[in-house]
Amino acid sequence: MIPMKTLYDKLWDSHIVHESPGQPALLYVDLHLVHEVTSPQAFEGLRLAGRTVRRPERTFATVDHAIPTLNRDLPFKDPIAAKQVETLRANCKEFGVALYDLDRIEQGIIHVFGPEQGLTQPGMTIVCGDSHTSTHGAFGALAFGIGTSEVEHVLATQTLPQSRAKNLLIRVDGELPFGVTAKDVILGIINRIGTGGGTGHVIEFAGAAIDALSMEGRMTVCNMSIEAGAKAGLIAPDEKTYAYLRDKPFAPKDEEWDRAVEHWRKLPSEPGAQFDRTVKIDAADLEPYVTWGTSPEMSVKISESVPDLADARDDGQKAAFTRAYEYMGVEPSQKIDAVNIDRAFIGSCTNARIEDLRAAARVARGHKVSGRVKAMVVPGSMQIKRQAEDEGLAKVFVDAGFEWRDAGCSMCLAMNDDVLGEGERCASTSNRNFEGRQGRGGRTHLVSPPMAAAAAIAGHFVDVRNWKFNEQ
Amino acid sequence: MKPFHKHTGSAVPLMRSNIDTDQIIPKQFLKRIERTGYGEFLFYDWRYNSDGSLIQDFVLNDPRYSAASILLAGENFGCGSSREHAPWSLLDHGFCVVIAPRFADIFYNNSFKNGLLLVTLDSADVEWLANEAATEPGKPLTVDLEDCVVTDGQSFTRTFKVDEFRRHCLLDGLDDIGLTLQHEAAITAYEQGRFEAQRNAAV
Ligand code: SF4
Repeated sequence: MIPMKTLYDKLWDSHIVHESPGQPALLYVDLHLVHEVTSPQAFEGLRLAGRTVRRPERTFATVDHAIPTLNRDLPFKDPIAAKQVETLRANCKEFGVALYDLDRIEQGIIHVFGPEQGLTQPGMTIVCGDSHTSTHGAFGALAFGIGTSEVEHVLATQTLPQSRAKNLLIRVDGELPFGVTAKDVILGIINRIGTGGGTGHVIEFAGAAIDALSMEGRMTVCNMSIEAGAKAGLIAPDEKTYAYLRDKPFAPKDEEWDRAVEHWRKLPSEPGAQFDRTVKIDAADLEPYVTWGTSPEMSVKISESVPDLADARDDGQKAAFTRAYEYMGVEPSQKIDAVNIDRAFIGSCTNARIEDLRAAARVARGHKVSGRVKAMVVPGSMQIKRQAEDEGLAKVFVDAGFEWRDAGCSMCLAMNDDVLGEGERCASTSNRNFEGRQGRGGRTHLVSPPMAAAAAIAGHFVDVRNWKFNEQ
Repeated sequence: MKPFHKHTGSAVPLMRSNIDTDQIIPKQFLKRIERTGYGEFLFYDWRYNSDGSLIQDFVLNDPRYSAASILLAGENFGCGSSREHAPWSLLDHGFCVVIAPRFADIFYNNSFKNGLLLVTLDSADVEWLANEAATEPGKPLTVDLEDCVVTDGQSFTRTFKVDEFRRHCLLDGLDDIGLTLQHEAAITAYEQGRFEAQRNAAV
């Protein structure tokens, strides 16, 4: 009997270019996304070896990490960032790679850009020199982050030597309660399995609660699978996936579309396919989450308190907790909703799509940002920015006192001017709360977009389930 | 890539878990377009105060460890971003080996591609080595990739596992791209759709 295959098994098997015993398999790469930070040394390597880009038509670049989100018509204030962007421009030109530069409406965070342009499609292999490439797994594509040497490898050969990962199934059954978003689903999962819980595995997310998510929500979940240590995250494509892609610029057209959909329908894991591990989560147990520490697994539900040392599972975690209390300036047993914030950041490839902005605007409508908080909204792409302006969301934010910026990574990693000051505390919709991630000495608490908007207005974390919404 | 066979050097203990690539090399140093010169920025925020002065009690600033070439670390070392600047900065600073109970995936790949050997040992063994390094700074440790052994030449000898192919590449200093291009015909065939049937059969 032929064993039943998982979605990952199918993606893997259909991309093997070459296999020999004792060696990693050579996988074909369908789509290679490129940005300014992890590519200069890769192009330089090509040049030194006299190589070319094998498939420029499968390679797409945009700028996102180091660019400013204000006054983009002026020259960059940071000459080193300017040089990096210039270098990408020159490289794309020299090697014939399409670049969606700052003057393009398509420009945005690379993981927002790919799906939005319909470049990301089910059944593909997708790589990018960026760990959050896992985002694209929401379409049933095998998508993972690579380093600069691997970027060079893919540019030169359109393939990558890879070892097969294990299959981990995470089922989220039931219905998400009111006020619980995709962000809370993934924070809840990481809280449960830990930052190493997915190491060596590709996670497939399934179950009624995942099925019910929009494509935006599914991208949020897959985006943070890397924070659970996984190689990639996956969600089987379905009608929602096809509806999302239907008229996107790079989506297949006419008959090709029909053929593509027919192929995509064969991708989902077969009933009875074997997973190496399965984790089951009941959606009803989830609440809005807030991270309290310096690792995405250090989170609590909004109704809870910062854990005590006694809650640590071992000595290593005790030491990590102690360090995190100190760095974050929080006390064991402190109620998380008693923590005041100084900044709020709504943005990043985790949570800067139109649906995220709608959810945050719904909270912000008719309210004012607290006098103690500086808050900003950074759309994931210029296209989303325009759409949010057309839908009146931008006005809601501006009226409430949020800054409204141009698209980019911004304070998710603070490579540009958007930086937390020493000791400043931020409610952030991004994906990493590491020490110094948003600025040296900065304190990051990861939350969903509605929770960030509510915290910006209240001046401290609040339970968005009790929010007073001003409907239009 | 420089081949790696055997290395003898002293170790420095940095036994925190989840040391992420943002700590190894903070983002403000990622804007450069070169591969070299990152060593001085290694663990920048842990090594320096905001005014640029040294943080005296950070272990890498302890002169007794200034010659260390083996880093001992806690669980999940190298988690976070895919920045290859992390192994570049470790190598540039003079580290040849990192020993930890577990490494993050992308960092693991990046390190081997640059000739930085990562050795996975049980937590208890890493702890033991860290204690030794703390009580006797400068004590030599040998990491042998041919036999896959870590030893202090006295009471401590452990074998470690490393993927055979990676080991082979590191021992011979092989260039990945060169290896792959030996399969040029297979890549072209795949692209020409010779594997179309296989692709359809696979799903
Ligand atoms: S938004 Fe943040 S996580 Fe996403 S690609 Fe940019 S820097 Fe990376």
